[in-house]
Amino acid sequence: MTEAAVSLSSVVKRFGDVVAVDDVDLEIEDGEFFSLLGPSGCGKTTTLRMIAGLEYPTEGSIRIYGEEMGLRPPNKRPVNTVFQSYALFPHMTVADNIAFGLQMQKVAPAEIVERVANAIDLVRLTGKGDRRPGQLSGGQQQRVALARALVNRPKVLLLDEPLGALDLKLRQAMQLELKDLQARVGITFVYVTHDQEEALTMSDRIGVMSDGRLLQIGRPDHIYEKPANRFVAEFIGETNFIEGTVAGPGVVTLPDGSTVRAGTHSAVGTPVTLTLRPEKILLEAAGTAPGDWNTMEGTVKRRMYYGDSLYYEIDFGYTVVDARQENRPRIQRFSVGDRVTVLFDPAAAEALTE
Amino acid sequence: MKRRLPDPVEAVEVTPDLERRAERAERWRGFRLAVPAYVYLIVLFAVPLVLVGVYSFASRSRTGQPLLHDWNLDSVKRLADSAFLQIAWRSILLALLTTIICLVVAYPFSYYIATRSERTRNVLLVFVMIPFWSNFLVRTYAWKVLLGADGIFTRIGEALGLWGQLLFTMPAVLIGLIYGFLPFMVLPLYASIERLDWSLVEAARDLYATGPKAFRRVTLPLSRPGIIAGSILVFIPSLGAYVTPDILGGAKTTLLGNYIVNQFLAARNWPLGSSISMAIMIVMLLATVLYFRSGGRTL
Repeated sequence: MTEAAVSLSSVVKRFGDVVAVDDVDLEIEDGEFFSLLGPSGCGKTTTLRMIAGLEYPTEGSIRIYGEEMGLRPPNKRPVNTVFQSYALFPHMTVADNIAFGLQMQKVAPAEIVERVANAIDLVRLTGKGDRRPGQLSGGQQQRVALARALVNRPKVLLLDEPLGALDLKLRQAMQLELKDLQARVGITFVYVTHDQEEALTMSDRIGVMSDGRLLQIGRPDHIYEKPANRFVAEFIGETNFIEGTVAGPGVVTLPDGSTVRAGTHSAVGTPVTLTLRPEKILLEAAGTAPGDWNTMEGTVKRRMYYGDSLYYEIDFGYTVVDARQENRPRIQRFSVGDRVTVLFDPAAAEALTE
Repeated sequence: MKRRLPDPVEAVEVTPDLERRAERAERWRGFRLAVPAYVYLIVLFAVPLVLVGVYSFASRSRTGQPLLHDWNLDSVKRLADSAFLQIAWRSILLALLTTIICLVVAYPFSYYIATRSERTRNVLLVFVMIPFWSNFLVRTYAWKVLLGADGIFTRIGEALGLWGQLLFTMPAVLIGLIYGFLPFMVLPLYASIERLDWSLVEAARDLYATGPKAFRRVTLPLSRPGIIAGSILVFIPSLGAYVTPDILGGAKTTLLGNYIVNQFLAARNWPLGSSISMAIMIVMLLATVLYFRSGGRTL
């Protein structure tokens, strides 16, 4: 196995009484696009700042390509950061901004000129080198910040919500561009975001954080399909929670006494919460379950029309479940008050204990 | 003039003419509010200034009475006298030295204040402003005691074998000026450092700049408006200072301010005093214009 690009072991960060990062262990692979995902205040930015050297851990150690960082200042670390508000130097031109890191490293002037020109081309800002950051649009400033970091050829690029200040259209375009850029430069990206869609579409792996703790690490599909706990299930995408009790291997008893098959390894009698995504549910008038699929009988309580899809609230007496139906041809529609059968694959329902 | 509100039921047709009249009424109302300030500025500032300007070209009777005829450039020409130039040069040097020392002392202090928590910051700022609560003249007399023969400064200097009595020397004037104008350097510096976006300094550190390099390339240039504003606020009053050199400097160290006063009160040469005043004002105006040209907008 190759050496991890960034490795955090038992990292704790306290600000006075507040624990910002709580015992985080994390290995980020070489060349990986890794996202730290979580709500604001969850400790993801603090974690990133500790990797950059802008904060130091209270406990634990951070290694970058095997090298212990300790109290090494940011200017002596092989990483560069794209800051949330870009932090472009307003008193310098675009070219001077990009050249800054190279000048500080005392790179030969001729080489600086060449590398800066290449970096400007790389982020498609050719001809904008003489402008001041204030004369550029948000998206262009974003690209200057990227070029300013990438021109140094860091081993790891740290990105702190770099797309947060952009409008939706631009953000989506930049997502593609960033992913494409990462593939071209082949640098390890550590990307901090609170936007689940951003994390899902761009990342090789995601680490979900909440309250300073790293709750789950995994591929985007893994995080989405097999959430480790309620927080992850709820934070990423939409989901239904159904309370139940483990009745045997892979079997959960629901409050009405019926049983369903679900993914569980807990001991019999353990109270669990089933998570079931609205789009994993099939609705039918009469129960004809394919194979070993689960069936539950319910009543349509409400119907919402979204154009490309329909949302049904299905009442089971003890709980209400959202089901999403793609607005495809030949799909059967239901009305409020209709009895329906809810069908779902046992693999789509995870039994969570936290 | 009593104004009647229009009847609300009556629909008033808005014609361009009506709009124009409303605009004019609005302007007139604003002007009336400004009348006291206009009167004050015209009577106490503009008129005396014009008088000083006019006197610059006046001649004198034998008894020293300014005569408003026989206009000439004699006083203006005397600005080139070596005796006057020496005083001017000495004053400029002293004002420059005051400004530079104030800047060097105030910058680290302002930086310190600006980087404290908000509560500490406010307490420190109050400390900076406490001297303003007592009269400047009184405080200057206090310095006369401190720097005098029995003053603590003199004793310290004598004990160290470094200096004797400083009172009535240029260093005494310098100390007095620095003391008096330091807050005028601290406040604008503080304002500009406090406004600084610290993520820019972090970005510089992230881009391989050492602490001192980040300061020189980012913090210092971005606090330039404060440096310039503070320097102007210290340099201009230092150049024209009268009270401090008069009380702490004695007779040997004539500066521009004292020289002008002497022309009016002792030498009875109003035209010369006027032309020196005008010359200083023009120089200061030029300095201010330079400041605004250099991109600063706030004082």
